[in-house]
Amino acid sequence: MATGHLAPVQQPGARSAQTRVVNDFSINIATVNGSGSQSANSVLMKSIFGMGVPAGGKNLFPSNIAGEPTWFLIRASKDGYVARKRDSEILVALNPASVEDDLRAVPAGGAVIYEENMNLDHARGDIFFYPVPFDKITASICPEVKLRKLLKNMVYVGAVAQLLAIDLSVVESGLRRQFAKKQKVFEQNFGAVKAGFDYARDNLAKRDPFYIERMNATAGKIIIDGNAACGMGAVFAGVTVVAWYPITPSTTVIEATIDLLKKLRVTPEGKATFAVVQAEDELAAIGMVLGAGWAGARSMTATSGPGFSLMAEFCGLGYYAEIPGVIINVQRAGPSTGLPTRTQQADLLSAAFLSHGDTQYPILLPGSVKECFELTQAAFDLAERLQTPVFLLSDLDLGMNNWISEPFDYPSKPLDRGKVLTAADLERLGGEFARYRDVDGDAIGWRTLPGTPHPMASYFTRGSGHDDEAEYTEKPEKYQAVMERLARKFETARQLLPAPVAVRDSGSKIGFLAFGSTDCALRESIDQIKGRYGQDVDYLRVRAWPFAQAVHDFVASHERIYVVEQNRDAQLASLLKIDLTGGIAARLRSILHYNGLPVDAESITEEFAMKEGL
Amino acid sequence: MASASPSIRVNHIGLPILEYRGEKSTLCPGCGHNAISERIIEAMFEMGVEPERVMKISGIGCSSKSPAYFMSRSPSFNGVHGRMPAVATGAILANRTMTTIGISGDGDTASIGIGQFVHMLRRNLPMIYIIENNGVYALTKGQFSATADLGSVLKSGVVNKLPAIDTCALAIQLGATFVGRSFSGDKKQLLSMLKAAISHKGTVMLDVISPCVTFNDHEGSTKSYKFMQENDEPINEVGFVASFDEIEVDYDSGKVFEVEMHDGSSLRLHKLLADYDPSDKANAVRTLMEAQENDEILTGMFYINTEQPTYLDLLNLVDEPLGTLPESLTRPPRSALDALMAALK
Repeated sequence: MATGHLAPVQQPGARSAQTRVVNDFSINIATVNGSGSQSANSVLMKSIFGMGVPAGGKNLFPSNIAGEPTWFLIRASKDGYVARKRDSEILVALNPASVEDDLRAVPAGGAVIYEENMNLDHARGDIFFYPVPFDKITASICPEVKLRKLLKNMVYVGAVAQLLAIDLSVVESGLRRQFAKKQKVFEQNFGAVKAGFDYARDNLAKRDPFYIERMNATAGKIIIDGNAACGMGAVFAGVTVVAWYPITPSTTVIEATIDLLKKLRVTPEGKATFAVVQAEDELAAIGMVLGAGWAGARSMTATSGPGFSLMAEFCGLGYYAEIPGVIINVQRAGPSTGLPTRTQQADLLSAAFLSHGDTQYPILLPGSVKECFELTQAAFDLAERLQTPVFLLSDLDLGMNNWISEPFDYPSKPLDRGKVLTAADLERLGGEFARYRDVDGDAIGWRTLPGTPHPMASYFTRGSGHDDEAEYTEKPEKYQAVMERLARKFETARQLLPAPVAVRDSGSKIGFLAFGSTDCALRESIDQIKGRYGQDVDYLRVRAWPFAQAVHDFVASHERIYVVEQNRDAQLASLLKIDLTGGIAARLRSILHYNGLPVDAESITEEFAMKEGL
Repeated sequence: MASASPSIRVNHIGLPILEYRGEKSTLCPGCGHNAISERIIEAMFEMGVEPERVMKISGIGCSSKSPAYFMSRSPSFNGVHGRMPAVATGAILANRTMTTIGISGDGDTASIGIGQFVHMLRRNLPMIYIIENNGVYALTKGQFSATADLGSVLKSGVVNKLPAIDTCALAIQLGATFVGRSFSGDKKQLLSMLKAAISHKGTVMLDVISPCVTFNDHEGSTKSYKFMQENDEPINEVGFVASFDEIEVDYDSGKVFEVEMHDGSSLRLHKLLADYDPSDKANAVRTLMEAQENDEILTGMFYINTEQPTYLDLLNLVDEPLGTLPESLTRPPRSALDALMAALK
């Protein structure tokens, strides 16, 4: 957990007389993994959202089934900031095992709602304590011992809602949606919420300054996690073959995909227009993806660090034999097993050059849940257009946490199935077909699919040396010609990939470059830098490798560029240094964050200010 | 195509055997793999399979090169070492209407590829999986593979001290529904088995002993021509009558185990081993294990099951190839997205 700033002991009462803090704070709910707090956390977050206040949730969980500490962070932000807030002003302390550290992390002036029997109220003098006998309250409303553990979570939802002045009716309607088809479960849970709410109203005197007040900033918005958005993107891209091996944090991409396929992709006769295979390992998953892509399917897998490493050899085959496939990598903290349930952006370099030999792959870098939806669709079009494996790099923070978003737009363009010759095309060409010949000048050949009813349709796909007719060769000039065309094809990719987004363009001589989920913290940091130091900083968000010309131009038009990313080795900066020409790479500096927690704005702002001497 | 002159024999779809040929083999003269390629050509020709309707998939090794040497009119995919099953699985899911033949070797299957091999077997994926088994890694100049028999000797004198993996016993146990072993030098047996394999719906696993003339054909090898000619013990004589054949042969039903294939063809197994019943899974495995203990090399049809659902049945797929389904069937309508968005608000 983040460390808070411990102010000298003071009378918190003095502070409560100060201004109210409305719709701008973070709640840290500290529980035990496996205690069933997830739906309660979700209800509390959606209640804030239901009050019209922008809210987001982050689950900081251990790689464990049950028993280890887990935290859920809910941030309410009237300004719409969705990054992790470094300090959480409000702590809901339900886990004796972590409470000492959790308490230390609460900033001065914060508040703690805690299980009464932990006797915390003398632990610090600079924060507000609200003891609640959660166990007793739960026992009084729930005769069934087995259910108490779950309902206890709803009791804290009620107590927190009362203290923050969240309307009980909003909690009720949120709960009703959560348990839409289970009236009895709803009643039990709402009873628990109400018991917590009533207890707080009757027994706790509000002293802290934190309040939720109604806003109208969430109307029409949705809440979704990036993995569900990727799954949705795949389904609306017409995915037909999915092969995968379960691995945190990518598993829910596939689970979401399967869920939607079953709902939306079954014919009136009850037949599936898709195949999903839970493979024996990631080696098999990527092999199936490429086999299917070769035979004409829109195929996909989703994985994370260790699985991605296992896919290396096959991806090299996909690159060299020019086979489409979509590989979603939801990054987690590495190396090796690393921190399987913590976030990082440290697979960028391995993705760029995965596999032995000279290999290159287009990489898409969504920075929001909406882009998870859109870029997953783009990945399928690009894979078939460019005839190559395409990687989409998400991360655990983006993928597994809940994000507020504009609703997703229905795709405006038809699917791009790329260059495929039919039997009629072959007839017209008089059988003149060379699989890897660059007939259009874009370095992309035409392919045929197995089953094309023409005697000239077949070709021999191989990962060994081949010429432009797909014949085996070891001839130096023929081997080299194919390698050079593949390099040219990568330049075609550069033109087709999603353009970077100029988030801030103020004419500053200083610029930020970042990708993926770093976006939310960086936007907030830019506001902090402007607010505290009056310094404008431009910001370009990279959305793909190879980099568009606009990325080069951005570096060229700024004196200093800070590349902000969530890994130790400055991987985006390293790729930029490979790609940038004319010595401008010397303008790059790095701000790096890699402790497994999602990056926060304060950390970026502080490091920027230090490096700039502000 | 196939405007064959009247003197050239054509099959029942009007193609001469020439249309089933591949490129010139670059394997060693006398390599068992070349004989297997020949039998595949004959079987596909005689069964009248359209070459464009066949996918050839392979891994890495001498065996895996051989798809280049038969059926040039068929699309082919030579993948990575030990991973042919995954590629085949993906390709079959994308286009279930094709006939798929996978060529692997003993190293490609029983060592680096054993993981994918066993899981393909479990799925009863409809394909013909052939192991061209010479017991040796030839491209790297003669190391033992995992199918080398205990006690067999390398050219260098090294003796194999590890037991062989019996891929047939494994295949039967794990779910393949058509399992047999043959010898590249036994033209008649191999051709009949391949023709029946083409008719089968489910995983066909054929282990074909295929001597390596360069690295494993010497005295002391149990995968040599000489050893096989002396020790090959067929448990049945494999006969096959295709559905379109009009020839009716009388046979003694007491001595023949007949299996009706799902395309109407008939597999007739003349019993050589007394009362061997190839539909009895446990007995088939026991027979193979006993043979291994007694250093016997059994060939023939060990196991067949024409009832078991294939992986495609379990997936309940549409009949058309998934790969070429129109957008109208693969991209849900706007209303579907609207409903999803409404539920997330």
